[in-house]
Amino acid sequence: MATIGFNEIYFLLQGLKWTIALTIIGFIGGGIFGLLVALARTAESKLLRRATTGYIAVFQGTPLLMQLFVVYYGVALVGLNVDAWLAVAIAFTLHASAYLGEIWRGGIQAVPKGQTEAAKALGLHYVSRIKDVILPQALKISLPATIGFLVQLIKGTSLAAIVGFVELSRAGQIVSNQTFRPLTVFAIVGLMYFLICWPLSLWGARTERRLQTAAR
Amino acid sequence: MPQTNASQTPLIAMEGVGKWYGAYHALRNVNLTVAKGEKIVLCGPSGSGKSTLIRCINHLEEIQEGKITVEGTLLTDSGGTVDAVRREVGMVFQSFNLFPHMTILENCTLAPMRVKKVSKAEAEATARKYLERVRIVDQADKYPAQLSGGQQQRAAIARALCMEPKAMLFDEPTSALDPEMVKEVLDTMIGLARDGMTMICVTHEMGFARQVADRVIFMASGEIIEEGSPEDFFSNPQHQRTRAFLGEILAHH
Repeated sequence: MATIGFNEIYFLLQGLKWTIALTIIGFIGGGIFGLLVALARTAESKLLRRATTGYIAVFQGTPLLMQLFVVYYGVALVGLNVDAWLAVAIAFTLHASAYLGEIWRGGIQAVPKGQTEAAKALGLHYVSRIKDVILPQALKISLPATIGFLVQLIKGTSLAAIVGFVELSRAGQIVSNQTFRPLTVFAIVGLMYFLICWPLSLWGARTERRLQTAAR
Repeated sequence: MPQTNASQTPLIAMEGVGKWYGAYHALRNVNLTVAKGEKIVLCGPSGSGKSTLIRCINHLEEIQEGKITVEGTLLTDSGGTVDAVRREVGMVFQSFNLFPHMTILENCTLAPMRVKKVSKAEAEATARKYLERVRIVDQADKYPAQLSGGQQQRAAIARALCMEPKAMLFDEPTSALDPEMVKEVLDTMIGLARDGMTMICVTHEMGFARQVADRVIFMASGEIIEEGSPEDFFSNPQHQRTRAFLGEILAHH
């Protein structure tokens, strides 16, 4: 059995770096498209509402692992040769946009109807109504659920290992195979995940409590 | 019928307006003209369509029948005419509907800056002028939740005035207020009326109606049943339903 030294830890930290990078990409890409999904879900057009309802149903109703496979091999099937990075980034963006879209849809609909009416009566246009009046309130309402999803996304990035991506979980597997110390290695890997996710969860719980006291 | 401030073209005109919510007939053949400077009080039992009527004027509700013109602009479902009408007509809601994440001053400057594209400094000067007029300029930097109900409603009136509308619609502006705050809001509205603002007020405040209304209109079941000057309306109601309604609400005042 080999020991776990500086090199092994360094290798894990490299994996952690990719885990964080994947999370950030998924969250930003998913945030941008998720906002569009949420706006389409709450639009006046029936067609837009139906299309996005279907989109959300597909991505919430299938495993993330399968979505990764489909995007990874699907892109190759249509003859495009993309690297794992791009395929995984696309898959996580699609996945996150469906979840964030649904979370923010709920936030938008939780803003009282009178807010939209007051904004309309003042002559404000759609963009200003959304940007100045509705979204600031809706995103505040949705913040705890958004943080909750971010935590899920961080852990979900471990599935990228399946298409050959060396993030934290895959790095742990490799180190474990080299050192024959799976328990120690995965304890360290688990601790790394925990140290990132736990503070986020605490933050989410705190914002939720603050919102509840504010609503009283 | 004598109209004190009658001018040639009415500021607001509704002709044969009909409105349905699904199968429910909310407005039936409503005809109403409002001259510039005229003050109208709309009353009637709950569900009679009085709120729906004023909400049709600024297109918060669509109509299915008839036509509405505001300052000569025929209101259609197209965005352009709706924008034009909303720029001329301010509205005050029962539940205030101030934007809770903005200060009172920001509430007042948002629409002038976004819709009329005035500078921030100019919008703030206008806002302070109207906040002064509703006597809450000292609350300008607070958030709505820090104000009393009466102060919030006065802020909402100032917010609407900042767009310098030609007419104001009031949708039961004092119904959500504690009794001791009703007067401060009514006094603000009386002041506005004195300054010549064209107003349509849905309210059950009959003292206010007697004091400022040029015409009182009674609605029931989506129809205008009766209208007249406050003196005629209160002393000599023609219609049986009007008498019943007045009997109901005056008994409580």
